[in-house]
Amino acid sequence: MSMNRVVVTGYGAISPFGVGGECLFDNLWQMQSAVRHVCETKRVAGIRTDLAAIVPEVNEKSIPRKFRRSMSAMSIYATLAAKEALSMGGLDGSDLAEVGLVAGSTIGSTLTTEKFFRDFLRDESLERMRSTVFFQIMNHSVAANLVQVLGLGGRVLAPGAACATGCQAVGLAYELIAAGRQTQMLCGGADEFHPLTVATFDIMNAAASGAEDPQAASCPFDEKRQGLVCGEGAGFLLLESLPSALRRKATILGEVVGFASLADSGNIANPDSNAMERCMRQAIEDAGLGVEELDYINAHATATPQGDVAEATAIARLVGTQVPVSSLKGHLGHTMAASGALELIATLQMLQSGMLIPTRNLERPDPLCGGISLLTEPTRTAARVALKNSFALGGIDSSLVVRSYQV
Amino acid sequence: MTDQEVIALINRTLCEEFELDPETMHPGVTLYDELELDSLDAVDMVVALEQAFQIRIREEERMRQIRTLGEIHAYVLEKYHALAS
Repeated sequence: MSMNRVVVTGYGAISPFGVGGECLFDNLWQMQSAVRHVCETKRVAGIRTDLAAIVPEVNEKSIPRKFRRSMSAMSIYATLAAKEALSMGGLDGSDLAEVGLVAGSTIGSTLTTEKFFRDFLRDESLERMRSTVFFQIMNHSVAANLVQVLGLGGRVLAPGAACATGCQAVGLAYELIAAGRQTQMLCGGADEFHPLTVATFDIMNAAASGAEDPQAASCPFDEKRQGLVCGEGAGFLLLESLPSALRRKATILGEVVGFASLADSGNIANPDSNAMERCMRQAIEDAGLGVEELDYINAHATATPQGDVAEATAIARLVGTQVPVSSLKGHLGHTMAASGALELIATLQMLQSGMLIPTRNLERPDPLCGGISLLTEPTRTAARVALKNSFALGGIDSSLVVRSYQV
Repeated sequence: MTDQEVIALINRTLCEEFELDPETMHPGVTLYDELELDSLDAVDMVVALEQAFQIRIREEERMRQIRTLGEIHAYVLEKYHALAS
């Protein structure tokens, strides 16, 4: 559909590895794991895992109190990631009155909601309620806080598509710029850890548990996989029209060339490989490419028994064993709404560096995930075109196609 | 509490709530211009002071007229003493 070419001129990451896109890629390439035991889940009866991928302490005081007072952790992560993206894009300190935003999270802050109701239900009184609580709970908390702290003035969208949120955000920003509605847009997703997020997956028997070695617990496509490990973080990209980037002499980090997002109406929880395949095909078609032009697929693959099989089946139908495939959730856990954006940033870094990162903890591929080319070793190769998938609970599929920039 | 202890607790409460520098907390400082508080902070200031002193000031018209830290000191002292008596 693209009328204007859309390029990436900046990105920023707050990941379970720490602050910055460079930190993200270095740890991924070194095959590190951010998963560890945490104590937060122990206070909730019935949760069967204590594993998570938590963001190390960040310098939240770098955000002025006037803006920080309405932020929960997810908006703090988003702010730091978005500022990195703007800085990388050469827009640090610039007037952002024309810059748009697509930013989302799975839900508003669960921790703030919990704290509020703990207090409220003591006597059903609002008299102890601070004025900024609502701004942390509302669905568009991340978007609203980013607008304020960055001084954005363009179009603002706040998609909530669970684990597909980050991918959708980038796709929607791409479409707006391609259609000429916006010239520059920040886009991405953010989420913060809460034990009830873990519970959501554990209730459905979709959370990894019981691993003696926490760093081995998240093992996408492996036959021993038990489920996902919940994580947190934020990933943001600065997209802009190619003429704008060239006019500014901005460094172009890659190009977004295709996007698709569609409904999987088969089941609210169980993914359907047909819908996944359809989504990937639509994204490739949107890019004006053939499947034979793909060099790499960054899978959603969260390490759930059903999800990985469905995605592998869909990829097998799409490209068979012709294209290397990996998931980064063995390293990062599942960073929820941030995952699509964080993993897209890593995918762009792979294209830039010519280094493909394999799936961590993939030792014995599940035969049910067969028929595709699963990367098990770091590989140096000149990959140019990549497909990034994010498939969400609730039946929302999304895929992006990116490629190295060439004139 | 003595008056000085009440004033110290007011200052400490506001410094913690709004991350203010204790060095700036002199009676003549203006809340909105110099300490840069705003309407959302005004709501939270009432909540914080009510909780710190177990007083009730949110419906008071006088609270809305206050412009300086010294006026807060005087008003809370008045409320505190009324409660104590």
